[in-house]
Amino acid sequence: MSTLEIRDLHVAVGDKEILRGVDLTVRSGQTHAIMGPNGSGKSTLAYAIAGHPKYTITSGEVLLDGEDLLGMTVDERARAGLFLAMQYPVEVPGVSVSNFLRSAITAVRGEAPKLREFAKELKSGMDALSIDPAFAQRNTNEGFSGGEKKRHEILQLELLKPKIAILDETDSGLDVDALRVVSEGINRFRAHEDTGVLLITHYTRILRYVTPDFVHVFAGGRVVEEGGPELAEKLEAEGYEAYTKASA
Amino acid sequence: MGLETKPVSTLHETTSYNVEDFPVPTGREEEWRFTPLSRLKGLHNGTAAGSGAVAVDVDAAPEVTVETVSRDDARLGRAYVPADRVSAQAYASFEKATVITVPRATAASRPTVVNVRGAGGGAAYGHILVTLEPMAEAVLVLDHRGTAVYADNVEFVVGDGAILKVVSLQDWDDDAVHVSHHHAALGRDATFRSFAVTLGGDLVRLSPSVSYTAPGGDADLTGLYFVDAGQHLEHRLLVDHTVPNCRSNVTYKGALQGDGAHAVWIGDVIIRAEAEGTDTYELNRNLILTDGARADSVPNLEILTGEVAGAGHASASGRIDDEHLFYLQARGIPHEEARRLVVHGFFAQLLERIEVPEIRERVLAAVEAELAR
Ligand SMILES: Nc1ncnc2c1ncn2[C@@H]1O[C@H](COP(=O)(O)OP(=O)(O)O)[C@@H](O)[C@H]1O
Ligand SMILES: [Mg+2]
Repeated sequence: MSTLEIRDLHVAVGDKEILRGVDLTVRSGQTHAIMGPNGSGKSTLAYAIAGHPKYTITSGEVLLDGEDLLGMTVDERARAGLFLAMQYPVEVPGVSVSNFLRSAITAVRGEAPKLREFAKELKSGMDALSIDPAFAQRNTNEGFSGGEKKRHEILQLELLKPKIAILDETDSGLDVDALRVVSEGINRFRAHEDTGVLLITHYTRILRYVTPDFVHVFAGGRVVEEGGPELAEKLEAEGYEAYTKASA
Repeated sequence: MGLETKPVSTLHETTSYNVEDFPVPTGREEEWRFTPLSRLKGLHNGTAAGSGAVAVDVDAAPEVTVETVSRDDARLGRAYVPADRVSAQAYASFEKATVITVPRATAASRPTVVNVRGAGGGAAYGHILVTLEPMAEAVLVLDHRGTAVYADNVEFVVGDGAILKVVSLQDWDDDAVHVSHHHAALGRDATFRSFAVTLGGDLVRLSPSVSYTAPGGDADLTGLYFVDAGQHLEHRLLVDHTVPNCRSNVTYKGALQGDGAHAVWIGDVIIRAEAEGTDTYELNRNLILTDGARADSVPNLEILTGEVAGAGHASASGRIDDEHLFYLQARGIPHEEARRLVVHGFFAQLLERIEVPEIRERVLAAVEAELAR
């Protein structure tokens, strides 16, 4: 049983305050959707929790199973069980997917997987996400299409099996087939015990495949409304206009 | 444009076997301005005390002949005329030269390794001539180790249709000073692959150059360097396209770390009026790992004909990208390991180009050791 608690989180980029008091608790077994217009601070929330150096926490706390995440380095947070699927995965020149994944698995599990087992695990993971096996030898994310990058993020999610996964617009830029494949990956991950998901999205489309337990509407750097899956239906029909006006 | 057209650059004006034809550098000259002359131990101004011991020992493939010859051997200095004062000093001062010859239409069955070992003492001078007769093929390793104050010239004569692959390792002890010219003269349809690896030494100044004597020559000059605190590692490339339809590619990459680590890369490529159909590209990249390290990178592409097949250059020096580190660390990989992966990635494509597996392993291990410092 794991819990990610975000308490009154304020985050700035430079002098500009972006998050203005976010409270949110994600427990294993739960899927929370954060929905909001562009620029409302969704990625800022994701990056701040993961520890990206550009984002300054000005106040508040983030706890994973009671441990202070904000006091940890980026890699310590990941080893503690946090995972961020990025909206814009980074290209790392000269570092092959296979080498990268093996290093990540070794770090997260605390021991290097046996080569043969790693190869098997990688192959079945890639198969499940319809990723061409040749990608294992390519440089990480380099020259990948948008959809290939997102599949690669979900591959990492499935291999690293974190306690809490934050998925930042994993659905954007995917065609229907890719969306289905990626959603299936997320659902396989959700099926494990002791995993919670914070699914950030701009659109309701992915929620048809990955049903959330809770929906939080994000605007102006904070949660402005909360509800169940029915809230997503309402957003689908009415858009974000009411919220953006209110927060402005 | 007529045949008399000279490049506008003022570089490479003088070539001579005579030291006195080159004034003592002051450090203000374009070609010397990056080099800390005070650390040359007098190689540049005639004050270097002789008597240093540098042994040249060749472990040759069976098909290859090796000779040690005296200064007056008529074959020496035909492909290359010294282009600066230290080079002329070396040419005027060496006692014995090493001559390596690969006979016509012969493929050497294994790499020929030239071990250059410095055993300290004062200044020493050397000369090596490597000749590939037409259609010959060989891999050559120049392995510099030990400590020395050493100036030398190496001539590569690559005959028509011949293929020469050279790896030159500058793996000196911390206090060594090495100033060296490597000149390759390429015959018709000759192929030259050079890989320079510079890791050790207080000051290393290596000047690889290429000239073409007939069309169809193809030269790849690749380099990798790792500069530590206090080291000055300088590479000065010159590719002079004087005949039509030749190709050149220069790719040098370096990493720097520590106070006073200084890398200099000069890449001069000249495409003369006569050299129509030239295809050339040069690239230098520096990865600066810590404060206090400095990289000077000066690409210089001079095109005197309108008829090139391709010509370009690129140069970039910068820090490790924080986004790369963040991405790797966000997957649990500790900072130091992430940094190692990124630096390996930076050198990865280059390392693959090293022809000799043992050398590739050694360079990989050396990069690993540098990162562990
Ligand atoms: N690294 C950054 N540098 C400067 N401004 C940023 C940065 N990240 C986010 N912002 C600003 O913060 C606000 C929220 O951005 P973001 O969190 O990306 O929103 P969302 O993901 O909801 O579209 C925007 O106004 C954006 O310009
Ligand atoms: Mg975003």
